[in-house]
Amino acid sequence: MSLKTPLGRVRGLGSAKDGTEHFWIQRVTAIALVPLVIWFIAKVIALTGADYMTARAAVADPLFAVPLLLLIGTGFYHLKLGMQVVIEDYVSNDALKIPALLLNTFFCAGVGILSAFAVLQISFGG
Amino acid sequence: MAEFRLPKNSRVGKGTNHPAQQGGNTRKFNIYRWNPDDGNNPRVDTYEVNLDECGPMVLDALIKIKNEIDPSLTFRRSCREGICGSCAMNIDGTNTLACTKGIDEVKGEVAIYPLPHMEVVKDLVPDLTNFYAQYASIQPWMQTETPVPSGRERLQSQEDRAKLDGLYECILCACCSTSCPSYWWNGDRYLGPAVLLQAYRWLIDSRDEAAGERLDNLEDPFRLYRCHTIMNCAKTCPKGLNPAKAIAEIKKMMVERKVA
Repeated sequence: MSLKTPLGRVRGLGSAKDGTEHFWIQRVTAIALVPLVIWFIAKVIALTGADYMTARAAVADPLFAVPLLLLIGTGFYHLKLGMQVVIEDYVSNDALKIPALLLNTFFCAGVGILSAFAVLQISFGG
Repeated sequence: MAEFRLPKNSRVGKGTNHPAQQGGNTRKFNIYRWNPDDGNNPRVDTYEVNLDECGPMVLDALIKIKNEIDPSLTFRRSCREGICGSCAMNIDGTNTLACTKGIDEVKGEVAIYPLPHMEVVKDLVPDLTNFYAQYASIQPWMQTETPVPSGRERLQSQEDRAKLDGLYECILCACCSTSCPSYWWNGDRYLGPAVLLQAYRWLIDSRDEAAGERLDNLEDPFRLYRCHTIMNCAKTCPKGLNPAKAIAEIKKMMVERKVA
């Protein structure tokens, strides 16, 4: 029970003066993902039936590896931003929300870097 | 967590049936009833109304039911012509004004519930305290530094006045905000379509001089950016307005001053 006025509750801690960058970058990454995803699907289809060494050699090509790294970076960043909004939308309990947001960031950064590392390793013939 | 089921004490049970006294052209109205004083769960009462002796609108039927069948039925109404916004409720699954919704627009039985996801005061009366406080929070009045010109009003060109069309008509009935899932889940922090449309109405007013401060107040992941362009607001607006577009325009202003 609080006797705070409705207006006081609505004003709360004030505006975060933030959110536009999140909104904007989500759109920028979305636009970037359109050609990257189409390119990636085309490449995967082209590699249908290829053996392991052929696929590996294809990924090692800088013209394949660089867009692939871009796709990984943009994709996981976009995923992080999108999941963050979903969590903020549906999880209102701070005890759950903050760990979920952390987990989201850690997962996207971890798996993203791991994927990028795998591409680099193939590229540089590790 | 967002709750997807009604809490136990809000689950709706079956209520009383009030059949028509005599035959004729009757229609069933299934109406949500809840009385805070009796400690019971909400229920849906059914009233059969003879449409030959009733006005054409859903509000006419509600008034007839209250006058002739059940005086305990509680709802808000005032102007009965779609300008006050009092009789906003959920009719046949869509938020609208009972006074401008024709009974003949509904096929079969007419289901009437209060505006969704709001605390209920009684029957069809939702608690709009938070909604009105949100409206107050955007300071819905003209803000200027320039003193009033002496002997005349503040002038506005016809083109600038035209920018308020599609905005000034909003009657704050809350149909749009209460149809918005984002407002359902985060209505305590998200301002909702109605209030954001009103905020845009002042942002775009050529006579107002506080656009920057207004944008500062709105720039927030929850206050503004919970809008995910679901578009329920535009679909349900009984005045045919498009709050989603107004919100998109605010976002464009935000991007314009930050990025572009």
